Amino acid sequence: MGQITLEKVTKTFGDVEVIPSLDLTIEDGEFAVFVGPSGCGKSTLLRLIAGLEDASSGHIRIDGKDATDLPPAKRGLAMVFQSYALYPHMSVRKNIAFPMKMAGIAQDEQERRIQQAAAALNLTDYLDRRPGQLSGGQRQRVAIGRAIVREPDAFLFDEPLSNLDAALRVGMRLEISELHSRLKTTMIYVTHDQVEAMTMADKIVVLRAGHIEQVGSPLDLYRTPRNLFVAGFIGSPKMNFIEGEVAGRHGAHTVGVRPEHIDVADGKGEWSGVVGVAEHLGSDTFFHIHETGLAETITVRAPGEVSFRHGDTIHLTPRADQIHRFDDKGLRLE
Amino acid sequence: MATQHSRSAARLMMTPAVILLLGWMLVPLVMTLYFSFLDYRPLRGAFDCCVGFDNYVRFFTSSSFWPSVLTTLQMVGGVLAITVIGGIFLAMLLDQPIWGQGVVRILVIAPFFVMPTVSALVWKNMFMNPVNGLFAYLWKFFGLTPIDWLSELPLFSIIFIVSWQWLPFATLILLTAIQSLDSEQLEAAEMDGAGVVNRFFYIVLPHLARAITVVILIQTIFLLSIFAEIFVTTGGSFGTRTLTYLIYQRVIESQNIGLGSAGGIFAVILANIIAIFLMKIVGRNLDK
Repeated sequence: MGQITLEKVTKTFGDVEVIPSLDLTIEDGEFAVFVGPSGCGKSTLLRLIAGLEDASSGHIRIDGKDATDLPPAKRGLAMVFQSYALYPHMSVRKNIAFPMKMAGIAQDEQERRIQQAAAALNLTDYLDRRPGQLSGGQRQRVAIGRAIVREPDAFLFDEPLSNLDAALRVGMRLEISELHSRLKTTMIYVTHDQVEAMTMADKIVVLRAGHIEQVGSPLDLYRTPRNLFVAGFIGSPKMNFIEGEVAGRHGAHTVGVRPEHIDVADGKGEWSGVVGVAEHLGSDTFFHIHETGLAETITVRAPGEVSFRHGDTIHLTPRADQIHRFDDKGLRLE
Repeated sequence: MATQHSRSAARLMMTPAVILLLGWMLVPLVMTLYFSFLDYRPLRGAFDCCVGFDNYVRFFTSSSFWPSVLTTLQMVGGVLAITVIGGIFLAMLLDQPIWGQGVVRILVIAPFFVMPTVSALVWKNMFMNPVNGLFAYLWKFFGLTPIDWLSELPLFSIIFIVSWQWLPFATLILLTAIQSLDSEQLEAAEMDGAGVVNRFFYIVLPHLARAITVVILIQTIFLLSIFAEIFVTTGGSFGTRTLTYLIYQRVIESQNIGLGSAGGIFAVILANIIAIFLMKIVGRNLDK
C-alpha cells in the first residue's frame, strides 16, 4: 500500500524558498511523474518524500500515517538515484542484498528475492560482477533490483534515465512501465523530459519554481493545459503562441496552436509564410516557418513526407476546434 | 601516443632519471655490503679484509638484536594504528561543513611542517617534563602524582610524539578520499536502512581502503627509519632502541663500522619483508 499525501509542505534553504506551500495526493498504485524545467524543485520534492530532506513545515503522510519526522529507512520507500548510487566495492549480488541485510532478512529468503529480481531484470549472469564492470543500462537495472527486493510501499525515481543514451532510454522507459504494471506499486518519477512524462505517467505533476502548475493525466494536460506554461511544456514540438490581432479575433490575449493541429497547403490558407528549416523524420516532417506576421517562428508538423523546401511559400490553416485561448495572465479561457 | 617510436623516445628520456636513482641506491648499498664483511673500526685503526660473516653472526646473536626488532615493529605498528584510526576520525570531522573550515584545516596540517627534532624537544621539555611539563601541571591540578613520561612510559611517549607528527599526513590523504565519496551513495545506504555505524563500515571504510593502504605504505617507509625523536628524548634507553638506533650505536658510539653495516643489511632485509607483505595488501586493494 502506498498512498502518499503532502499537506501544506514547504521547504526553504536559508532565505530561499524552494517549495512554497504545496498540497498533493498520490494514490496507491499510481505512476506519478513530477516534471518541470531544471531548478523547479521537483528533485527537492522527491527528496522530501524520501526523507533525505526535512520539510520546513507541513505534513507528509504515507498511507495516512504521519511520516514527516520519520527517518528515510522507516518510511518504506525505495529510491533509484540519478547516478544509480551503486556500492562500487560490492558485487551486484551484494548490492541487491544490502537493504535486505540491513533489514535482517533471513539468508535463504534474501537469495530467493535476489534470484527473482535478477531474473526479472536480466541480471542473472552478472550477479558476481562489480558495478564498474557493467554498462549504464545494466547498472540502472541493478539500482532498480536493489529497490525491488525491499518490497517497498512506493518507488521513487530521480531522473533515472538521464545518464543513458537515447536508444537505451527508450528501452528502460518500457521496462520501468512494465515493472509498474506488474508490481502495481506506487511510483513517483522525476524527470525534466516531457516525453518520459507523457509516455509513462498515470498522473503528471507539472512544477515551476516549486509551484504545482497543473496535475492531471497526460492527455488531460495535452488537451486542456491550464495555462501558458503547461501548454508550452507539454507536447513536442512546442505549441505555437500567437498574440495580437489574430488572438483578439478569438477573444483572447494569446492563442496557442499545436504544430500537429495546423494543416499545410500549397495554394491557399488562413496564414502564409516562408519555410525555414524543414526536418524530415520520415514519418513526420517539421517545418519552421518564418515571415508569417504572427510570431517569429511557427512550427508545423505535417504527417509523412511533404515536399516543401527551404524558401518555399507555404499556406497554413489551424484547425478551429484545436485552438487554445489564454487571457493576459496566461490562464486558459474556456 | 604508444607508437614504437614514441615508446623508445620515452625510454630514452627516462634513462637519466633511472640511472641517477639506481646509482643513488646502488652505491651506498654496495658500500654497506662491502663494509659488512670487514673488521672496520677506525678508532683502533682496524681495517681488515674478509672476516666473512663474523659481523653478521655477532649482530644477529647479540642480546639487543631481537628486542630492537620488536621495538621497531611496536613503534611502527603503534604509530600506524594511532594515525590511521585518528586520521579517519579527524578526516570525517573536517569533512563536516563548519565555520572557518580553511583555517581549521591548515591548523590540523601544521604539525607536519615542524621538524622532527624540534617537535620531539618541544614535547619532551614543554609537555612531558615531570617537573615543569604541562602534563605534570595537569596531573598536579587533579591531585595526582606527575608521570615521568620518558622513563616510565618511554615507548608510548615516543609513539605519541611521532603520531602527532604523522597524524596530519594521514588526515590530509584520508580527507581528500572522503571528499571524493559520492553523497548519493550515502543517501542510498540511508534509504536502504543502514544506520550511521553500518554506513561507516559498509560504505565509508571500503571507499577509504585504497587511501588507507597508501597511508600505511608511505608511513611505514618513513617510520622504519625514525631516529631524531629517539635521539633527543631517550637516547635509545628504557627499551626504545629500534633497529635503526642500534645500528647508529654500533657505528658511531662503538665505532664499529663493520658490525653496524651488517646491522644495516639486516634492516634492509627486514624492510623488504615488510614491503612484500604491504605490496601484497596494496596490490589487492589497488586492483579493485
